[in-house]
Amino acid sequence: MKVLVAVKRVVDYNVKVRPKADGSDVDTANVKMSINPFCEIAVEEAVRLKEKGVASEIVVVSMGPKQCQEQIRTALALGADRGIQVETDAELQPLAVAKCLKAIVEKEEPQLVILGKQSIDGDNNQTGQMLAALTGMGQGTFASEVNVEGESVKVTREIDGGLQTVELTLPAVVTTDLRLNEPRYASLPNIMKAKRKPLDVTTPDELGVDIAPRTKTLKVEPPAERQAGIKVADVAELVEKLKSEAKVI
Amino acid sequence: MSILVIAEHDNAELKGATLNTIAAAKAIGGDIDVLVVGSGCGAVAEAAAKVDGVSKVLVADNAAYEHQLGENTGKLVADLGKNYSHVLAAATTTGKNMLPRAAALLDVQPISDIIAVESPDTFKRPVYAGNVIATVQSSDAIKVASVRTTAFDPVAAEGGSAAVETVDIVDDAHVSKFVGEELAESDRPELTAASVVISGGRGMGNGENFEMLYKVADKLGAAVGASRAAVDAGFVPNDMQVGQTGKIVAPDLYIAVGISGAIQHLAGMKDSKVIVAINKDEEAPIFSVADYGLVADLFDAVPELETKL
Ligand SMILES: Cc1cc2nc3c(=O)[nH]c(=O)nc-3n(C[C@H](O)[C@H](O)[C@H](O)COP(=O)(O)OP(=O)(O)OC[C@H]3O[C@@H](n4cnc5c(N)ncnc54)[C@H](O)[C@@H]3O)c2cc1C
Repeated sequence: MKVLVAVKRVVDYNVKVRPKADGSDVDTANVKMSINPFCEIAVEEAVRLKEKGVASEIVVVSMGPKQCQEQIRTALALGADRGIQVETDAELQPLAVAKCLKAIVEKEEPQLVILGKQSIDGDNNQTGQMLAALTGMGQGTFASEVNVEGESVKVTREIDGGLQTVELTLPAVVTTDLRLNEPRYASLPNIMKAKRKPLDVTTPDELGVDIAPRTKTLKVEPPAERQAGIKVADVAELVEKLKSEAKVI
Repeated sequence: MSILVIAEHDNAELKGATLNTIAAAKAIGGDIDVLVVGSGCGAVAEAAAKVDGVSKVLVADNAAYEHQLGENTGKLVADLGKNYSHVLAAATTTGKNMLPRAAALLDVQPISDIIAVESPDTFKRPVYAGNVIATVQSSDAIKVASVRTTAFDPVAAEGGSAAVETVDIVDDAHVSKFVGEELAESDRPELTAASVVISGGRGMGNGENFEMLYKVADKLGAAVGASRAAVDAGFVPNDMQVGQTGKIVAPDLYIAVGISGAIQHLAGMKDSKVIVAINKDEEAPIFSVADYGLVADLFDAVPELETKL
């Protein structure tokens, strides 16, 4: 079966971003960009399904400016077979991304679409659910285990109370949580090979999708700073401070 | 304006997160209806009718909604939501699973994790693991938002007397089935609702050592949490993870034990009123957010803490 994986180019998780001085946006000039960690887990899961003989082809999609081809190449180096870039320099909000993905799903007809549960820049946690809604597919969100069994997929989900397992009819959408797998590192030969794998470029226009943003960011600001605290000498002083100063115990 | 709040519940009990969500609805202003979607959830509807500030409770009680599968509840919320100016749910795993699905069916770009209401169409929300707060304005006709419960003080659970109305719409998408669940059972308070939380990290070394934290927790009436590293290492289950991608907590007292203080962990706890850090590395970043830092070996400090409480 064919698996479609969506990946996003984001500011690397080790970078501490800051708002620009004028509060118009975050400062992303000259910061390291990477594939969103949850998307990397999505690619890894697809590659494992291929290694198990469950998946036959892995198509990886990314949306955004030309540079997001780097993240597509990363996914190709990890084992995806071909890439699709939806090129645009405009701001893409999750609903628009879901609509573009829907158009690609209609063309490619994958049996499984795997996405990260959230991207670590916008922290929205929406795209997979919205794609599932628009295509009428079932959604296995926040997955920590995925088992394809014939015409369906069993997904174990990380929920607030513990774990929940659901069974979805294929085709279906899965979004990854952190414990689904540990992504491999791409080997140098595979990075070289990835350069020759096919990568098609399309646009939201060609897909017939209106990507006009529905929300506007009026300003960004740093969160309230915590006041610097003190170091206590020992447990006795800690307990004393918590009792008489902070009055929380 | 009219606001539809989706109740957080387990068919038996109305969860506290609903009260925080209704508080956000009050901040927007307008009539507040609460939707209870589940199966055998009559008692939840009754509890919702008593909540302060609720105009009407809608109950969709059907086997198709028993496990609140997003494919079914999302469709129902979209069907009902089109009659409202706002649709809100708590940013719990249930809310996060269902709400974007409903929003897409309404052709709305939802707003996740709001922490403040600036006006009926403008909200604040954290992005980049809480390192940046964005003020976002929606141009959609219906505003769909999930609410970060720790940012809104709960409304009173009593004092209202709303009418309860039955909803007959049965949305069963027939694409998903509940198979089973493993729910953590604990006599301790729920992480997101506890006034004291004590969390352990990789420094705990193994799962057995968490016993030390449970003992302290029992003395303080605290909930026990963990860092991602502790969960990934298998010390404790996933439902204990605090952070950007785990639970968001803001108790009166948060005690971080053997946790370095990565930004993804801080994202889940730095709005706590008082933060205590116990770590043997005096350079650990957790000390930069701690009100009281204790540089010590946790294997000495935690047992001593327990005896001194
Ligand atoms: C996409 C993404 C999402 C993430 N989401 C989360 C999240 O939601 N929550 C989360 O917590 N993390 C999250 N992380 C992981 C995060 O980046 C850190 O790796 C993690 O928080 C580290 O956990 P830790 O502090 O327990 O471990 P470490 O960083 O290894 O720190 C262990 C600490 O224990 C101390 N220590 C060791 N032994 C002792 C002792 N005997 N006595 C006292 N102190 C001791 C050490 O000095 C050290 O400071 C995420 C990462 C990514 C990439």
